[in-house]
Amino acid sequence: MSAPAPSMFSPAAAAMLQRLGLQKGRANLEEFADTLQALATTDRDIIAVTSDSRGSGKLAPFGKALPKQIVEVGIAEQNLVGITAGLAACGKKAFGVSPSCFLTARSLEQIKNDVCYSNVPAVLVGISSGVSYGALGSTHHSLHDLAVLRAIHNITILVPADNHETRAAIRYAATATRPVFVRFGKAAMYDVTPAGAVFEAGKACLVREGSDVAFVANGETVVHALLAAEHLAAAGVSARVLSLHTVKPLDTAAVLAAGRECRAVVTVEEHMIAGGVGEAVASTLLQAGLAPRFRMVGFPDEDTVTGAQADLFRHYGISMEGLSATALALLGQV
Amino acid sequence: MTDRDLVLKSFALRRRMLRLIHEAGAGHTGGGLSCLDILNVLYNRVLKITPETVASPTRDRYVQSKGHCVEALYAVMADRGYFPDSDLETVCHYRSYYVGHPTRKIRGMEMNTGALGHGLPICLGMALAARMDGAPNRVFTLLGDGELAEGSNWEAAMAAAHYKLDNLVAILDHNTLQITGHTRDVMSNEPLDEKWRAFGWDVRIVDGHDYAELTAALTTPPAVGKPLFVLANTVKGKGVSFMENVGKWHHGVPSDTELAQALAELTAAEKKFREVSP
Repeated sequence: MSAPAPSMFSPAAAAMLQRLGLQKGRANLEEFADTLQALATTDRDIIAVTSDSRGSGKLAPFGKALPKQIVEVGIAEQNLVGITAGLAACGKKAFGVSPSCFLTARSLEQIKNDVCYSNVPAVLVGISSGVSYGALGSTHHSLHDLAVLRAIHNITILVPADNHETRAAIRYAATATRPVFVRFGKAAMYDVTPAGAVFEAGKACLVREGSDVAFVANGETVVHALLAAEHLAAAGVSARVLSLHTVKPLDTAAVLAAGRECRAVVTVEEHMIAGGVGEAVASTLLQAGLAPRFRMVGFPDEDTVTGAQADLFRHYGISMEGLSATALALLGQV
Repeated sequence: MTDRDLVLKSFALRRRMLRLIHEAGAGHTGGGLSCLDILNVLYNRVLKITPETVASPTRDRYVQSKGHCVEALYAVMADRGYFPDSDLETVCHYRSYYVGHPTRKIRGMEMNTGALGHGLPICLGMALAARMDGAPNRVFTLLGDGELAEGSNWEAAMAAAHYKLDNLVAILDHNTLQITGHTRDVMSNEPLDEKWRAFGWDVRIVDGHDYAELTAALTTPPAVGKPLFVLANTVKGKGVSFMENVGKWHHGVPSDTELAQALAELTAAEKKFREVSP
């Protein structure tokens, strides 16, 4: 019998989740697959393209229900992106779905040329991103994907935090007229989107209001930032939490508001610090003449330690305790 | 248009291509001359597309995978009326859309190519889309033989046969030279006919400068359920004596004197052709 996966949450963080009444959803991956299938059922131009990834992409039911709307290319990511681009150039709403580690590295040139430079409305879906495949080692980590795609013109980059944002991101992508990349993991996510919040690509979601420190986070790190914010409240620190679900185009207004209205800004991402969201936020602030106290939490330029996603998050400080400590140190309140 | 008309046109197109490379100060001369007859046949005889139907969903599609030979394509498309010939005076100029590889900002260009090994996977997607729509159109790409070292071609070769895409045509400009020298010395890839056949393609071997052979290969219906590979044997630098099979003309730009000599040779060859084929 295999050992149980380590928990993402310490007992204290788990208690905080309960106290806040955050609802546990399912994996964003599953939300994506069901959303895409629902859209494709009424729009036969929606095509899923997979590279032996329909199982890992939770698209087996899609393939069974809509066999004419799925294209299997085998383990060939370059071909996956080229085919997706060709379909998109001919009026199909093609979703190329593959683990982000392969999709954004092996076939980066196809993304750059066939999709972005050619400007076809293809959607690329990077599944099991970040360190979702933590224990499989660095071959299977995608801690570079946002950096490389940020450096390529003409692609909207979406990193949804919870099922709500994932559903909205996929619906947005299905109607977009330009290239879109959506990235998420495979762990069950808690609902962090406030009731009534409306997803808009390019606009950060204000998850929690606060004025001492702003956590600018995205994807699977947002829930940890929210827990840290609540934890800090007990220490008298008012913490804002933004879900920066759109990495490009960046919501500079929300970033600048955080920099103006809070004494400190902490960015949080499941990505290398180099080229990630933290650097995007830093340059936005600095070029506007804002210099709040600032820390970037993410993966440093080193051999990533081994372990499950939960282990790596804890190790690199992406946890209620880790983020609280970072914020307190930054505010000089240790 | 008869074969004779196309041959006569080929002299004018070669001259236009050489003049534009000379004026732009850059271009792929040798490969342009090797694929020019293929493009002439495609655009003037085979492709079901006109300047008026560039947005038709059921148009035939042509994606030039060996994008670096865009100057030949520019000459053929301008002649066919996709854009004014005067546009070609801007090739490689500041802010011109006419760069050294195809881009969709130019009327009639289907995709932005230039990095090698991209055209065939894209065309596969286009051929799949046509099949999904029950559309009658065909999808064509032009590959270089040096380009076949890119592994993505073989991913697509496998998938095209798997999906039995008999609306897909890959044409190989088999001029046997690449920038470093002979393809057989750089990275041997022969026997290409056997390889493509083994991958499940219908293979036709033609003289890539023979209009009747090219036309027959590109218009005879393909074997049912098989993508078509047209192995066109060509001569790099075809039509200009001092450029033929000379590696340096891969991206050599003719000097004033060389241009004059090349144009004179082509004009003399045209005159001779008119005499023997009145």
